[in-house]
Amino acid sequence: MARLELRNVAKGFGGVPVCRDISLTVESGDMVCLIGASGSGKSTLLRCMNLLEPIDDGAIYLDGQDISEPELDPQPIRRRIGIVFQSFNLFPHMSAAENVMLAPRRVHHRDRASLLPEIQALFDRFGLADRMQHYPDQLSGGQQQRVAIIRALAMQPEIMLFDEITSALDPQLVGEVLDVLRQLKSQGMTMVLATHEMGFAREAADKVCFLHQGVIVEEGPPEQIFDAPEAPETRAFLQAVVK
Amino acid sequence: MANSGVGGGLTRRQLFERRARRRALIIASTSSLAVVLAIVLLVPLAPGWEAVKNSFFNGEVFLRTFPTLLRAFLLDMLIFAWCAPLIAIWALVIAICRDVQSPALYPLRIFATIYTDVFRGVPVILVVYLIGFGVPGLGLPRPWNSPYIWGSLALILTYSAYVAEIYRSGIESIHASQRAAAHSLGLSGADVMRFVILPQAVRRVVPANMNMLIALQKDVALLSFIGPVEIFRQAGVYKSLLANFTPYVVAAVIFLAITVPATRFADALLARQNRARS
Ligand SMILES: Nc1ncnc2c1ncn2[C@@H]1O[C@H](COP(=O)(O)OP(=O)(O)OP(=O)(O)O)[C@@H](O)[C@H]1O
Ligand SMILES: [Mg+2]
Repeated sequence: MARLELRNVAKGFGGVPVCRDISLTVESGDMVCLIGASGSGKSTLLRCMNLLEPIDDGAIYLDGQDISEPELDPQPIRRRIGIVFQSFNLFPHMSAAENVMLAPRRVHHRDRASLLPEIQALFDRFGLADRMQHYPDQLSGGQQQRVAIIRALAMQPEIMLFDEITSALDPQLVGEVLDVLRQLKSQGMTMVLATHEMGFAREAADKVCFLHQGVIVEEGPPEQIFDAPEAPETRAFLQAVVK
Repeated sequence: MANSGVGGGLTRRQLFERRARRRALIIASTSSLAVVLAIVLLVPLAPGWEAVKNSFFNGEVFLRTFPTLLRAFLLDMLIFAWCAPLIAIWALVIAICRDVQSPALYPLRIFATIYTDVFRGVPVILVVYLIGFGVPGLGLPRPWNSPYIWGSLALILTYSAYVAEIYRSGIESIHASQRAAAHSLGLSGADVMRFVILPQAVRRVVPANMNMLIALQKDVALLSFIGPVEIFRQAGVYKSLLANFTPYVVAAVIFLAITVPATRFADALLARQNRARS
């Protein structure tokens, strides 16, 4: 059974369709990359996956359970699916450590003392051991983005969604964040990411989906999409990006 | 290196700015002095000046009434001191009520909306009269018939309506992405409000609330109409006693001694915040 499955998902804003008839399966431990032009609906699709946006039609299954059922309480589902945004969205009035600890404390009713070793290990792992007490505005973009990733990981999600998490970063900082993704993949995390980093998608993805005007025009292993794209839209997009 | 070393280590630009600053200072002080001189020399030439000076700026009366008026002002400070924190809390309750989403709590939302509309729509002095005279008029036993309690309540109710709107503008100014980030972590709606939105919103409206505090400080004097002998009423007593208006000027001076520094402080806070955000 697929970890996450989208079946004929449709989503629009004020009658304007943004995603149409999207079907997609994400197997456990896979990294799926969504690529496509700006405005093609990548962010919207990710936000639908963790129920930040209700979908209009179709269904989303998490481990076989229909999580798009409108009657369902979204909070327990969101805890199982972490998301990291392009603009970090750290809470500016809290230190890095407090940012990370807020949700485990409130949602899992953990106390600071028992959380601290775990949190510390996460900060260590991502090279931020000495930045735990810093506030977001005292951190570089790359550091903030890694704290945002730690914040999502601290809830021990089963799936992680990443929305263009490197596009607000200087080129030198992109590498350190992509390293984090490689690490997560090697540990078997199931991930879906919207990205403009074609090199990274080719190297690390198990599956690449090309979105065009809210539709998945083509999907397949990275070699197929990047080396032998079939749809003319995919070819046009890749040509424009590689240039 | 071409520009430095000239004129004691200052660059050409810095020297120019220093000259410009000096010139501006000289012009500003000359023109201000001219205006002050004109007032000092011309106003006493007005036909009624002697009479006005005697009844408003009488030095003897000033010195005689100042200590008592200052003591009466302590009562203003006291009323202010217990009203301000209660306003901060009650306004927050109202602001949160106006923002509740749950349909079961809809009545709270209606209540909060009507509340802010009513109390912002009625002059403070009317509320002070209605509550300050009306409630003790019910024949409550001591100490519940005290005008201090009901007068303060009138101020608290009115000011909370304004402060609640300020809080609400702060809540709305927090970007939707903060809400999305908090929800995506699985936090409940109440926790998102309590831990993510409110702390940021309240900090953001501190300068606006400082202005409300200054206004409150002055409006405490309205309670004089229902009984408490605070500075304004004490000044009135002296006015009748001495047939002289100088006590009012004394009261104004005392108020200014508090409100002018507070206003400057609020402006500085606001300016700092604007700079931080740009
Ligand atoms: N909340 C919203 N209300 C109305 N329209 C929206 C909303 N969110 C997204 N859209 C529209 O949906 C379309 C897809 O947006 P989306 O952010 O998903 O694109 P994207 O593929 O992530 O683009 P980018 O690469 O620039 O991030 C856009 O045309 C956008 O204007
Ligand atoms: Mg996007």
